[in-house]
Amino acid sequence: MKSIFTKTTGLSDRPFHYCPGCTHGIIHRLIGELLEEMNLIENTIGVAPVGCSGFCENYFMCDMIGAAHGRAVAVATGAKRARPDRFVFTYQGDGDGASIGLAETMSAAARGERITSIFVNNCIYGMTGGQMAPTSLVGQKTSTSPYGRDAMTMGYPLDLPKVLTQIEGAVYVASVSVDTPQAIKEAKKALRKAFQVQRDGLGYSFVSILSTCPTNWGVTPVEALEWLQTKMKPNFTLGELKVPATEGGSEA
Amino acid sequence: MALLMKGNEAIAEAAIQAGCRLFYGYPITPSTEIPEYMAKKMKAVGGTYLQAESEVAAIYMVYGAGAVGERVMTGTSSPGFSLMQEGLSFLFAAEIPCVIIDVMRGGPGLGGLGPTQADYFQLTKGGGHGDYHAIVLAPSSVQEMVDLTKEAFDLADYYRNLVIIAVDGILGQMMEPVEFPPYEGRKLEPKTWAASGAEGRSKNNVISYYLTPEIGEKENSRWGAKMLRIKESEQRFVEYRMDDAEYAFVAFGTCARITETVVDMLREEGINVGLYRPITLWPFPEKGLSARINQIKGWMSIELSAGQMVDDVKLVVNGKAPVGFYGRQGGMTPEPEEVVAAFKAQLLGGVQG
Ligand SMILES: Cc1ncc(C[n+]2csc(CCOP(=O)(O)OP(=O)(O)O)c2C)c(N)n1
Ligand code: SF4
Repeated sequence: MKSIFTKTTGLSDRPFHYCPGCTHGIIHRLIGELLEEMNLIENTIGVAPVGCSGFCENYFMCDMIGAAHGRAVAVATGAKRARPDRFVFTYQGDGDGASIGLAETMSAAARGERITSIFVNNCIYGMTGGQMAPTSLVGQKTSTSPYGRDAMTMGYPLDLPKVLTQIEGAVYVASVSVDTPQAIKEAKKALRKAFQVQRDGLGYSFVSILSTCPTNWGVTPVEALEWLQTKMKPNFTLGELKVPATEGGSEA
Repeated sequence: MALLMKGNEAIAEAAIQAGCRLFYGYPITPSTEIPEYMAKKMKAVGGTYLQAESEVAAIYMVYGAGAVGERVMTGTSSPGFSLMQEGLSFLFAAEIPCVIIDVMRGGPGLGGLGPTQADYFQLTKGGGHGDYHAIVLAPSSVQEMVDLTKEAFDLADYYRNLVIIAVDGILGQMMEPVEFPPYEGRKLEPKTWAASGAEGRSKNNVISYYLTPEIGEKENSRWGAKMLRIKESEQRFVEYRMDDAEYAFVAFGTCARITETVVDMLREEGINVGLYRPITLWPFPEKGLSARINQIKGWMSIELSAGQMVDDVKLVVNGKAPVGFYGRQGGMTPEPEEVVAAFKAQLLGGVQG
């Protein structure tokens, strides 16, 4: 009998703690599969953020370090410089990577750190119960923008991957989603390339993934996917935004 | 053979000799010679110097390298040290060994570039959140900076705890002859806990949180027991002319050197005084001080601050004798004559501290 699907050895047996309809779990699976397929599990140091995915060290089967909120990229830099032979990635929410840790993200990109950041953008602070994020949409109601995000006083959502394309040391930048089977395939392809860029020692690689938060958006899991498709997608540049020069240079 | 070296450079060299191969830092006067020395010398030994974007990033780079199990250090001065406080709390909870140098400068605020010891509370009482302590070492000469830096890495690895070396700007900038004798070192266990890649073993997590209060309390108790062990075993101090002393000064770092002169001056006048110099600021060397309690009629803490360590002296003396204080602030240092006068006014004139 031919087996057509098995659980990846890149993930532990521990059940995810994520809410129903949350796409953090799908993203975990893609990373777990790639760690396995690229034979990286024993060679990897992962860095967990603070946020809903702050317990992801329980799921990934590689060695993991838990960072403080916003500092995953600095921790990963410290680890990678200590062990340049290891594969080092960060897993971060949008608050972690684009607000409190924005300086770390930009600076690591500028230095061309040989690490990979997986940036999970759900337009909200999930962990703390639905406050406004740097990525929240104009008009989006959150517990700290109860009348909707007002652009005049609260600004605009930050399209971080687009910004990063401007930085020389960020050699691979992709912005993907996991809202359909096709999108999941594309996301995995982007992650694989990002991982390979690090293995080839080319520089900083960054994959932004649009993700759902039905709990704090106040919608059902099915509505959450629609919200992502109709509300989020128009606000963020999507696609492979920058590829290494060896692949024909920037597509931006 | 003795070399003439600046304190900051001597610390950096001692760290390299202790096997530190990673330095993450951000320039700030008066500690900048440490990153500069590292930038110059790390290459030759196959190590890494990396200029971080801020002290916040620097302390978490230290966290990352320490979590992987490597010997790592950063060096900064007071405002930079303030920025690192959250990181210190995380380093403690994740039990990541590392060495941090604080070359203290005037504060509060941007303050000034002159020497101070006004980070004492922050260093010893925990500037970050939660019940934690760093082992805090306070050398008072360039030679001692070398010796304690080498030891600091062993202490950090042995206890899986952060170690801070605290000096004032004078010690950092001062040139003195130093030697780098071979260092024996402690017997240390391999770092089987490190998150260095799970090759041929099950995976490791180096983390600083607990999901349930029950585990939280257990972890805090375990750390508390470790703190007690350190308190029991690592208190250090040096005494100067204490054997027949009736009065005693307590001072560390540059202040201790000034106070030695004060002791000699008062002894010339026939007043029997001595100096008790803490080398560990945490754990505060209570045992040595307690041993002198019945002998000493009055204590006096001399500091480059508004009076911080004096609180710890009072806790140990516990009302059994008056405790005076004299300090200068803002980057100024006391003249021995001022200290003599303050001592006479506060302790011989019957004024209680
Ligand atoms: C220094 C600090 N500030 C604030 C917090 C509280 N906090 C924890 S997670 C979080 C935001 C999480 O949002 P995000 O990074 O977008 O991840 P998500 O939970 O949505 O996956 C905040 C504000 C903290 N833990 N530490
Ligand atoms: S709160 Fe939102 S981001 Fe967090 S697990 Fe639930 S759905 Fe996912």
